[in-house]
Order: sequence, then C-alpha cells, then structure tokens
Amino acid sequence: MGMTYVQKVLAKACGKSLVAHGDVVEPEVHLAMSHENGALVMNQFAEIYKDTGIDAKIWNPDRIAIILDHRVPAESSKTATNQKKIREFVAKQGIKKFHDIRGDEGGICHQILPEYGYVRPGYVVVGTDSHTTSHGALGAFAFGIGATEMASVWALGNILNVEVPGTIKVNVNGKFPAYVGAKDLILYLIGRLTAEGANFKVLEFHGETIRKMSTSGRLTICNMSVEAGATSGIVPPDEETLNYLKNIAGIRGKIEIYGPDKDAEYEQVIDIDVSRLGPQIACPHTVDNIKPVEEVTGKKVQQIVIGSCTNGRLDDLETAANILKGKKVALGTRMLIFPASWRIYQEAMKKGYLSILAEAGAVICNPGCGPCLGIHQGALGDQETALATTNRNFKGRMGNPNAEVYLCSPEVAAASAITGVISDPRAGGR
Amino acid sequence: MGKVVFKIGNDVSTDIIYPGRFMATLLPTETPQYAFADDVEFSKKLRAGEILKGSIVVAGQNFGCGSSREQAASCLKGYDLIIVARHFSRIFLQNSINLGLQTIICPDIEADEGNELEIEPEYVQNKTTGGKFKIVPLPKARQAIIDAGGLVPYTKALLLRRMQK
Repeated sequence: MGMTYVQKVLAKACGKSLVAHGDVVEPEVHLAMSHENGALVMNQFAEIYKDTGIDAKIWNPDRIAIILDHRVPAESSKTATNQKKIREFVAKQGIKKFHDIRGDEGGICHQILPEYGYVRPGYVVVGTDSHTTSHGALGAFAFGIGATEMASVWALGNILNVEVPGTIKVNVNGKFPAYVGAKDLILYLIGRLTAEGANFKVLEFHGETIRKMSTSGRLTICNMSVEAGATSGIVPPDEETLNYLKNIAGIRGKIEIYGPDKDAEYEQVIDIDVSRLGPQIACPHTVDNIKPVEEVTGKKVQQIVIGSCTNGRLDDLETAANILKGKKVALGTRMLIFPASWRIYQEAMKKGYLSILAEAGAVICNPGCGPCLGIHQGALGDQETALATTNRNFKGRMGNPNAEVYLCSPEVAAASAITGVISDPRAGGR
Repeated sequence: MGKVVFKIGNDVSTDIIYPGRFMATLLPTETPQYAFADDVEFSKKLRAGEILKGSIVVAGQNFGCGSSREQAASCLKGYDLIIVARHFSRIFLQNSINLGLQTIICPDIEADEGNELEIEPEYVQNKTTGGKFKIVPLPKARQAIIDAGGLVPYTKALLLRRMQK
C-alpha cells in the first residue's frame, strides 16, 4: 500500500522508507515558528534546562523563526516587556529569522514564512499558532503546537511522539463563478465536515481547481483547515509552488517536489464541484455554522474587517479596491484594512489600492493580527456585529463576548461595506 | 471521587476558556485568574477559592478547539480541575498532557452539575445517577509523557540521556 503525502514527508523526516497511519514517530523539524508567545516558550525552555548543568542553547538557531505580529506595535507595557525579552533572547541565541516591528520586513507570521522562503515542500514545520496549517499551501507538513511542546523542539530538534495522522482526500473541480473563490470553498468544506470532522486528521487537496489556484488561495484554504479540526491542510506541490518559491520567495537552486503515491490509502474522499458554489458565510459563534449568503443578506454590520493571515494578501486588497472604487463605506459602518505583511502593504500602496480604499472611507491599519483575536485594535462594542475575512467567529473573539462576528470572502466584505448590511457581491454592491 | 462543578456543551473554544484579550499574560502562575473569564458565575467561584482541587468539568465534543494558546490548559491546571469531555480538540489535548492537566475522553458521558463522579482506569462512574461510561484511552503516543509527569520532565530526562552518549 502506498503512502499519502504526509506519510511521505514524515518517512523522510524520520529517515525511514515507510511510515503507516498510527505509527508513533519523532521527525526532524525543519522550521519552528513562534510569535509573541515565544516569551512563554523561553520560560518553558529555561525550565527544561533548570538543574541539568547544561547550557540552554537552541539546537539549531537557523531553524527558528520568531515574528512579532499579534500585538504590534505593543498595546500595553506588559506586551512591550515580553517583546523586549524576545529581542534579548533572539540576540543571545543568534536567531536570524527574526521579524521585528518594522515597515520593511514585518508582518503576520503566516505571511512572512512563505514570503521569505522559510518554508519549502517536504518540510516538517511546527508553530505555536494553530494557523500554522497555512504552510501546507507550499507542500510542508505544518501544524500548530503549544509553547511547552515548542520548548522541547528548541532543545531537541525533533518533535516527540507524533502519531502519523490519517488523511482525508479532497478533490475540487470546476471553475469558480464570478465573485466566488478560495474562501468560499474552505467555508463550504468546513460546514460539510463540521468543526471536528477532521480532528487529528490531514486534509490533502487535489483536483483541477486546486491546480489552477494561486498560492494565495491555497494559503487561505490550508490556513482554515484547522477550523475543521485538521492537524494540517496540504496542497501537494506543483509548478505553481515552484513559481511562487522562485519568483516571490526568491529561493535559488533546485527544489525537490513529490506527490502522494497513486495507491495511497485515504480515510475518506470528498468531491466538490465549485462551478455552482455561491458566496458562503460563517455565522456566529462557530466556524462550521455555514450559510449561503442569500440567507443572511440584510443583516446590519457596524464593522467590516479585511485582512489577517487568511485574507490579507495583495489579491484580496485588489478585490476590495475594485469593488469599492469610486464608492463610499456606508455611514454607521466602519471598515478596517489589515494587510498581511508590510511587503503587501507597500505593493498595495504602489498599485493605488490603499488610496482607493481610504478614499472610500476605510481605515488602513498596520500589518499584524489586529482585531482578529480581539486583543489589540478594532474591538467591538456591546451588541455590535462584525463581518470579517478573518478565520474565527468564536464568542468573544473580536474582544467582546456581547458582540457577534460573521466570516466571509473579501468580495462579500467589500460589497457589504457599501451597503452597511451583509450583501451578495453578485448583486453588484448597490 | 470528584464533584461536577461546571457543565458546558460542544465546541468550547480556547477563546471561551481563556479569552484572547488576556493573552499578554503568559505564565502558568498568573493565568488561572482568567479561566472562563466571560462566564461570570463560574469564574467568580474559581477566583474565590470555592472550587475544590480535583473537581470536574464536564464538556461535549471538541473541547478546546481553536487557538493553540497554552494558557487555556495552564489556567485550568492552576485549579487542578479534571476535564471529562466527549472528545477534545488535538492541540488542547496535547497541551493538557504536556502540562499535566487531567483529561478524560468519555464519548457517552452523562452527568450534571452537582453529580459525584468516580474516575476509574476504564470507566467513569456517575455515583449520583448510577451511570457507567467507558473511557477512550489517550493517544498512545502521549502516555509516556503523562507517565513522566509532563513534557518538561520528559524532555529534561531525554536531554540528559543524549548528553551522556
């Protein structure tokens, strides 16, 4: 019996020719990423070395990435002090893949890793962030872990006691209709699988729609795979992956790619035809509470957010600018734009997208996680409703348990900004 | 034997267990003050010290879904609560095991607040209702970490063994 993509990655990272679903393995880690919670990892790392007499040095500083993104610039003295401790640690340990609060190389961790070529096909990537699943878009087996688990990786260089997961194969075919895209596909899939339908499993994406999809779209679907509980979402690498890594990430030299075996064993196979898919909305307070946009149009929204690691890339901003050009954000609605990185911000500035959006009345915020997790900017008032291109709508998520969040594509968010109510972009954004 | 002090449904996210707005607080010694912060009644009882160690939280499917924030496990560990759920989300379950928070997978559990539960190796017995519910073993890959008392001592021992080689 052949191996799934993840089985192949794990076999290579363990120096084995074969691993089977359920095997317990300890793969080598190629990249270990943290953000502000690196401060907690540092604490647990010190605990591991305490009373051992061994000098607390990271196994390989070149394989550690730390990106400040969750609360940038710091919202409080407590955060600022944590960020300062991280800077001191980074300098002491010689970590070079460190992205501080800067307008030239800063941004959200899940955007920085692909942009800087830190992730490659076949890598085992762990991150102290659940949306580390994003990097499956480049053919890595990438998954979220906790801070103590990361401290163990920093000490040892491999991740302990990983059970080889089962895989669900998702075949996606057909051409997206106008105003429908990757975000609608993943929301639809989460609704079908439910929030736990892929718990402890991997989603492996195939089909002509995926092959024709940009890396940006692939990042969106892999990013949100975790909302169905998946350990990881993966697009086996192809020409598009190589083009992205060479032309956007600037990687020189040969990049090895491979796919799953033809006779790989899958736990489940799901077929989706997107040619008749419409815009999808995740309604409060779970991401699997999915409805077609028609069922929620007319719902008044006080805040619209376009951004995050899910949908804050250049094509998302372009989509929003195209819809909002010459229009105005409705009175009584505020619109916040959070580009996923400063590179995207600068490109959107050069292409004029940011001025179109600002002229329409949107507030352009600095790249970072922003209001998505409700800790920094863009909190909601009591009984307010937000419509966002982000990835979670849990109760309390945008900083207020007495508010609600709906999730959607950039097309729906931009069309709704004009009307002030949830709107179907196919209707022309009246 | 422990008493069920809190019952909660399916898909309880880490934003419910430990709201995102408290994420600047990191250390396990400081996180318990924000456990279930948005559930005014239960969090008040926790902070007032009215909940005995070894008390039980009963939950539905997919407990701890969402963010990987370890604070969600450390804040509950601070009160030495035991979580009996129909199932857990992967990252939360692993964080719990790593920190020594006791998690019991019990797909058919039926219990209400105030019930007394006995947790045996293979079953949860509801002493109040007489119900008996099978426990699903934790992922085998994690048992060694539980036996070591958590991931910090486990890794420490491994590190020392590697150094001796």
